[in-house]
Amino acid sequence: MALANRPPAGGFFQRDWTWQPKAYTPQYKTSVARSPNRALLSMPQTLSEMTGPVFGHNMIGQLDNDLLLNCAKPGESAIGPRMIVYGRVLDESGRGVPNALVEMWQANAGGRYRHAKETYVAALDPNFGGCGRTITDADGHYEFRTVYPGPYPWPNRANDWRPAHLHFSLFGPGFAQRLITQMYFEGDPMIWDCPIVSIIPEKAGIESLIAKLDMNNTVPMDARAYKFDIVLRGRRSTYFENRPEGN
Amino acid sequence: MAQNLDQLKESPSQTAGPYVHIGCVPNFCGIEGVWDRDLGDAMVNDQTRGERISVSGIVYDGVGAPLKDALVEIWQADVDGIYPGGSDPRGAGDPNFTGWGRKAGDYQSGLWTFETVKPGRVPYPDGRLMAPHITFWVAARGINIGLQTRMYFGDEAAANGEDPILQRIEHQARVPTLIAEKTGPGAYRFDIRLQGDGETIFFDF
Repeated sequence: MALANRPPAGGFFQRDWTWQPKAYTPQYKTSVARSPNRALLSMPQTLSEMTGPVFGHNMIGQLDNDLLLNCAKPGESAIGPRMIVYGRVLDESGRGVPNALVEMWQANAGGRYRHAKETYVAALDPNFGGCGRTITDADGHYEFRTVYPGPYPWPNRANDWRPAHLHFSLFGPGFAQRLITQMYFEGDPMIWDCPIVSIIPEKAGIESLIAKLDMNNTVPMDARAYKFDIVLRGRRSTYFENRPEGN
Repeated sequence: MAQNLDQLKESPSQTAGPYVHIGCVPNFCGIEGVWDRDLGDAMVNDQTRGERISVSGIVYDGVGAPLKDALVEIWQADVDGIYPGGSDPRGAGDPNFTGWGRKAGDYQSGLWTFETVKPGRVPYPDGRLMAPHITFWVAARGINIGLQTRMYFGDEAAANGEDPILQRIEHQARVPTLIAEKTGPGAYRFDIRLQGDGETIFFDF
């Protein structure tokens, strides 16, 4: 059945497991006991994987993608370097993914998360929650306004630090496209020392998670801009497989 | 040299980390008032059609310890076997059912529970019917790329026996890792073991 404005509805491209991180990565110690020993079982895609939840633009509130204000008292705002993060959600064919739910969370400008299990000594910001969400437009565009997050230490080796980063959670039209990843910042030397970054097998893969400073889209006297595109699994665009039986 | 395919590479996955709650279930972790309720918190309302069920479980690591920081999502068909919301080419499905749920494990026990309906049967690509099942997706600290599995129902032995996916599994001794136990009227238990003895089957679709 043809649905207007939908991308071609073939199966998803096979995931490239040489490009994605392995499950067992001892430099990131928590993965050791949380990684399956057995090979993933590869199976044909069915409707269960090719369909996915649909999120409506009407569920998104006006401040949902504005972390400067969405947890702040009236008239106040979060503390830290003001920043816009924008980009597109694309598929592997380069098509924009419309109506994709994008959820983002992060530490505050001091590197502190608002979370009961967080123990870092850095101060909480009473005006910063650290969560945002939005839905991409017809061409896959999204944007957030927030503060540049601080780096922070974490328990792995005795003195491991995370580079400044944002967490992103993404849905495409098919549940098989579900992805959680992280965004890093151009020029941060700590990226290359991070055990969690280092599980990505290829340097080009790491670089694909580093957002570039975009001075042209910086708001003068207000907020810098970083551009970050995210790529979800592509979908076959040939139609032969979809012909009615017998044709 | 040949022409360039002009295809991109999927963004590499990175762990959801220990603070996934902030972005995905902020109300659960005490960040209240930013939005009304956590997405995926409620899958049904009082008009949803079908048999009400609850599905509970715990995700265990390779040591046998419960994950207290896991995020579990499910995606399933409605009572008629249609995926709701508009992405299923066969129809819109039950407008009072979301099909998608998201829960964080309890901070102390790791337990999560979904209140949903028992799904109908969905066709495999060749037209045979699959047994009723629920797709699971697990993310957590230490999980580098989200793990996908399926839950089938322990009280559907006949349908499970003819399920095209279950039949394709070479090591049939592992199939029970995908079958939820019925523990009471409308209640099912589905624990997920990430590693080691009884390791759950995870799929690459």
